[in-house]
Amino acid sequence: MTKADIVEKIHQKIGFSKKESAEMVETVFSILKSTLEDGEKIKIAGFGNFVVKRKADRRGRNPQTGETITIDARRILTFKPSQVLKNAINTVAKEAK
Amino acid sequence: MTKSELIEKVVQTHGMLNMKVSEALVNTVFDSIEDALKTGDKVEIRGFGSFTIRERSGREARNPKSGEVVRIPAKKTPFFKTGKELKERVNC
Repeated sequence: MTKADIVEKIHQKIGFSKKESAEMVETVFSILKSTLEDGEKIKIAGFGNFVVKRKADRRGRNPQTGETITIDARRILTFKPSQVLKNAINTVAKEAK
Repeated sequence: MTKSELIEKVVQTHGMLNMKVSEALVNTVFDSIEDALKTGDKVEIRGFGSFTIRERSGREARNPKSGEVVRIPAKKTPFFKTGKELKERVNC
């Protein structure tokens, strides 16, 4: 599934034109992106949390040359699925069997 | 930011929406991702990231209190991989 399929769903369910639906889906993701860019976490009840984590710098090694290098501190994004989402995915899996 | 704050922000950004429609929009976005994952489909949002299902195999574990061996069955878990653009933006 891609963004185009989400746009199609919005078009069918809410009744906006495809062009408007595309703009709105774009708005949702661009808000999500700029919020995360600011380091703020996003909590979607029943779905999960997107959290920006800080990683301290650490010593690493280039596996090819064996040379020691410093891996700089950085910020990464993690997604923690909610229990509700995890259960939903596993329930379907069981029913299918 | 919570889901309701996101719904409000969408209304502020996109003048032509009211709260009710914005709520339906945001819910539909996350519901469609969930529905796709339920059927085992992967979801790819360019510039944001992709959601896939990872299989966790069953294993034997121990109840730390009683020391009793318990079987943990195989299960599926949703996994999110941050897209290239977002990864770079978060790390700035």
